[in-house]
Amino acid sequence: MSATLAFPGPAVQVARLTKRFGSFTAIDDVSLTIAPNRIHGLLGRNGAGKTTLMQLITGQDFPTAGDIRVFGEHPTENARVLQNLCFIKESQRYPEDFQPKHVFRSAPWFFENWDADFADQLIEEFRVPLDRRIKKLSRGQLSAVGVIVGLASRAPLTFFDEPYLGLDAVARQLFYDRLLEDFAEHPRTVVLSTHLIDEVANLLEQVVVIDQGRILMDEDAETLRTSATTVVGQRGAVDAFVRGRDVLHRDGLGGLASVTVAGLGPADRAEAAAAGLELAPVSLQQLIVRKTDIRETGIEQSA
Amino acid sequence: MIDEGKPIFVQIAEQLEDDIIDGVYPAETQVPSTNEFAAFHRINPATAGKGMGLLVDEGILYKKRGIGMFVTEGARERLIAKRRDAFPEEFLRPLLAEAAKLGIDPDQLTRMIATAAEAPSPTKGLSA
Repeated sequence: MSATLAFPGPAVQVARLTKRFGSFTAIDDVSLTIAPNRIHGLLGRNGAGKTTLMQLITGQDFPTAGDIRVFGEHPTENARVLQNLCFIKESQRYPEDFQPKHVFRSAPWFFENWDADFADQLIEEFRVPLDRRIKKLSRGQLSAVGVIVGLASRAPLTFFDEPYLGLDAVARQLFYDRLLEDFAEHPRTVVLSTHLIDEVANLLEQVVVIDQGRILMDEDAETLRTSATTVVGQRGAVDAFVRGRDVLHRDGLGGLASVTVAGLGPADRAEAAAAGLELAPVSLQQLIVRKTDIRETGIEQSA
Repeated sequence: MIDEGKPIFVQIAEQLEDDIIDGVYPAETQVPSTNEFAAFHRINPATAGKGMGLLVDEGILYKKRGIGMFVTEGARERLIAKRRDAFPEEFLRPLLAEAAKLGIDPDQLTRMIATAAEAPSPTKGLSA
């Protein structure tokens, strides 16, 4: 078992957090709790505020307003908190002339749970050249260095911010597999921020969707998976069925209609079947696209 | 392997039920751990745990402290009884609905079933 902090509460607690850059509000009055020892997905479009939120939580930037607690304490310049954190960024910078072996050799100074054997295994699996200068690595190899540090550090709170730029499908699958295996052996709090929602959907236990600096969704992944259904059939029958329901999306072709609605129970499903309608599941990615769509359309209309 | 339409933990429970019915895990044998299921299906361990929890609640599996999960005595028989009860709703009703749509009456359908049961299946025999 890894040496986790003895703090019994949530890993992260954020209250009424706001961050402005000039006139731009990147984080807009966000309150959020990150439960310990789970894999969380932090999802959202480019510029939604994901990276800013993670930078604030990891004490790398100062909030304009609001309160942040990590394992019950303020993160900023707090060694007790920071030594339990690992933040893997999309564009991590390393000292000039550094080679991957220097990164892996210095990692144990920062991470007390560092597992050198696990790191060696990952270095081999990801085929990272140890003696090449970091500057000369390919984009994928550079991402692999970050992923290895993130996994082998076994920090009680680990953030992966789009960790896999340039990683091919095989390497990404390797990352998912090793993350799941190691998480099972050494439970800890992981926050994974990504655009590749379908790829990670089954790894997540909790899903947080951020849009325009606000939390749009904060739900159990399993609840979200079954929270929407697409109804397909003859237009008249579909329209009759979805009347009075929460419609997320509408599509049509000739006499056919395809409408995504929220939350159908067993009775609703039987009713749809009796009406000759087909029901298709909605993936997490589709659901998030639909939800962020609606929000933007709503804003356009009100503007 | 994972179907989008159903909660994953329900699918995990159903697959394990299938294996118990097929005799892969006889009574009093140990089933794979939550973490093994999670790694194999590439799902969150909590989800796999929830699926196994369903079977513990139904008395199909039981926990031996510090060792793992085991198949309860009589679990297979109870699962078969449960699946038989669900058979008309799950299989016969859709079959009859499709038959009605195509104008196949119950007599014709019965003959078709008899013919199909005699001919060896091209993929795999049900009794094999």
